[in-house]
Amino acid sequence: MDFISILSIFVLACFVGYYVVWSVTPALHTPLMAVTNAISSVIIVGALIAAAAGSQADGGQTAKWLGLVGVVLASVNIFGGFAVTERMLAMYKKKERK
Amino acid sequence: MRRDQSAVAVIPANAGISSNIAPSVRQIPAFAGMTKVLMAVLMFCFATPAMAASGEAVNPWVAVAYLVSGVLFILALRGLSSPESSRRGNRFGMIGMLIAVITTLVTHDIASLPEIGVAIAIGGAIGFVIARRIPMTDMPQLVAAFHSLVGMAAVLVGIAAYLNPGAFDIVDAAGEILVVSRVELGLGVAIGAITFSGSVIAFLKLNGNMSGAPIMLPGRHVINLGVLAGIIGLTAYFAVLPTVETAMVFWTIVALAFVIGFLLIIPIGGADMPVVVSMLNSYSGWAAAAMGFTLGNTAMIITGALVGSSGAILSYIMCKAMNRSFISVIAGGFGADSGPSEGAEKIDRPWKRGSAEDAAYMMKQAESVIIVPGYGMAVAQAQHALREMGDMLKEEGVSVKYAIHPVAGRMPGHMNVLLAEANVPYDEVFELEDINSEFAQADVAFVIGANDVVNPAAKTDKGSPIYGMPVFDVDKAKTIFFIKRSMGGVGYAGVDNEVFYMDQTMMLLSDAKKMCEDIVKSL
Repeated sequence: MDFISILSIFVLACFVGYYVVWSVTPALHTPLMAVTNAISSVIIVGALIAAAAGSQADGGQTAKWLGLVGVVLASVNIFGGFAVTERMLAMYKKKERK
Repeated sequence: MRRDQSAVAVIPANAGISSNIAPSVRQIPAFAGMTKVLMAVLMFCFATPAMAASGEAVNPWVAVAYLVSGVLFILALRGLSSPESSRRGNRFGMIGMLIAVITTLVTHDIASLPEIGVAIAIGGAIGFVIARRIPMTDMPQLVAAFHSLVGMAAVLVGIAAYLNPGAFDIVDAAGEILVVSRVELGLGVAIGAITFSGSVIAFLKLNGNMSGAPIMLPGRHVINLGVLAGIIGLTAYFAVLPTVETAMVFWTIVALAFVIGFLLIIPIGGADMPVVVSMLNSYSGWAAAAMGFTLGNTAMIITGALVGSSGAILSYIMCKAMNRSFISVIAGGFGADSGPSEGAEKIDRPWKRGSAEDAAYMMKQAESVIIVPGYGMAVAQAQHALREMGDMLKEEGVSVKYAIHPVAGRMPGHMNVLLAEANVPYDEVFELEDINSEFAQADVAFVIGANDVVNPAAKTDKGSPIYGMPVFDVDKAKTIFFIKRSMGGVGYAGVDNEVFYMDQTMMLLSDAKKMCEDIVKSL
């Protein structure tokens, strides 16, 4: 993809983020941070590419191991982030009707 | 208008299922939806085997898959607009992540699938166990720790892309890394490294391994600006150099970025941590976005932009709630000088001490009680005892509400989570602007572990460091109970609080949890 189309996606996504985040209720700001944490671990995609490439080029072997470590770190974040968000959200309850 | 419609659409969906049905039943539609989406994704991935051979970017379906996962991440955040839709949103996020990972694995020649499987299993197990075990009071530390992992992952990916650019498709015909990609790489690793070292310091401060007091280096502004300028200059230099000579420049950028992350956070005091944690949240997003640029990956770019703006907005909300500019928070040093001049003035003023029995008696007689929790409640783990007290008061027919200041606690929404953990229904919990007018009609304002957020000096005293900060008008309530460990300490801003000495105030000097338990006993 050329730089300009990537940049367009980025700028539009910033606006989407702006409006979506303002509509998040303040009571859920902690889960918001936990879930943004989890989704920013989509960086695992880069780590997977590095790990998958193996040692075709010079430095490929090092890159592979760095990628694998990246996969571990991002996985901690993905599983931990989504699980802790789920745990928090499960606690938010409405008043019981009597 | 559109917001109203979506809210209406969401409520009946859940309201239709009465609350006594087991939660597992309620989840079934979501799971059915998840499997359907998954199947569809897997089918079109496998139906086009050509892509595995021809590599990424050429197959439009791959781009579509990443786009879908980006959109699912948007929906994940959108779900958080209300607690009813939030859990569905979280599942959208999980599906989005699954799609991104599967798409990546399916569309690349994988030389090391077992290793990758093991890496995911190790990381996943660690993350899952931590997420299950972590006490809710430790959430700020956990989030800081998770930020550091994102930062480190970004650095590792950046280094891997630098070492093996061919795998990332960022080389030109001559095998040199493209200039645009070099700028993106340089920025990506720099932001990632800042996120990492900054978050580690934030974690140590929040976890109490390091004093929350600001550490002030002489000339730190000059040092910080110099290092920042150095990083930017080196990134530009890195972009124009021929590839063979870049190694030193690249590693210097990485090293400087680690250092600046550390330098930026050490002068910031514990009380400003809500801003710092949000800011690092934002950085982790920008790091992911920078890597997304390098890879031309829409899922990463969309996510990075979402997370980046989310953290930025949260920092803005926190700064506004403290009436401080973002720059002054980042410059640091707040709460360092707990002014001896103020210490001299606050001696010898009469104040009234109350007991648990007094508080229990007064609140039982009251019609309405507003509880103002603060960080002290989290430290004392008093949320369960507090909820018990609230429940008993409600049985007596007292109206009980909770008032939460945006900066209460150590991260945005910290108090809300703790109250939710203690089973306080979220419709009894109110934000500052929604409840502030009610203090004038309230019989009792019950302040537990908060201080600066109820200090009227913010409204009246122009010389006060917290002047202009929006605060709760607890001084308008008929009676104020103020739980505090001792009269000695003042809030983190180091400002004396007029409320202590008011006629209608009774100080309850004790540990917050113990005091709540004593009140419960007396009720």
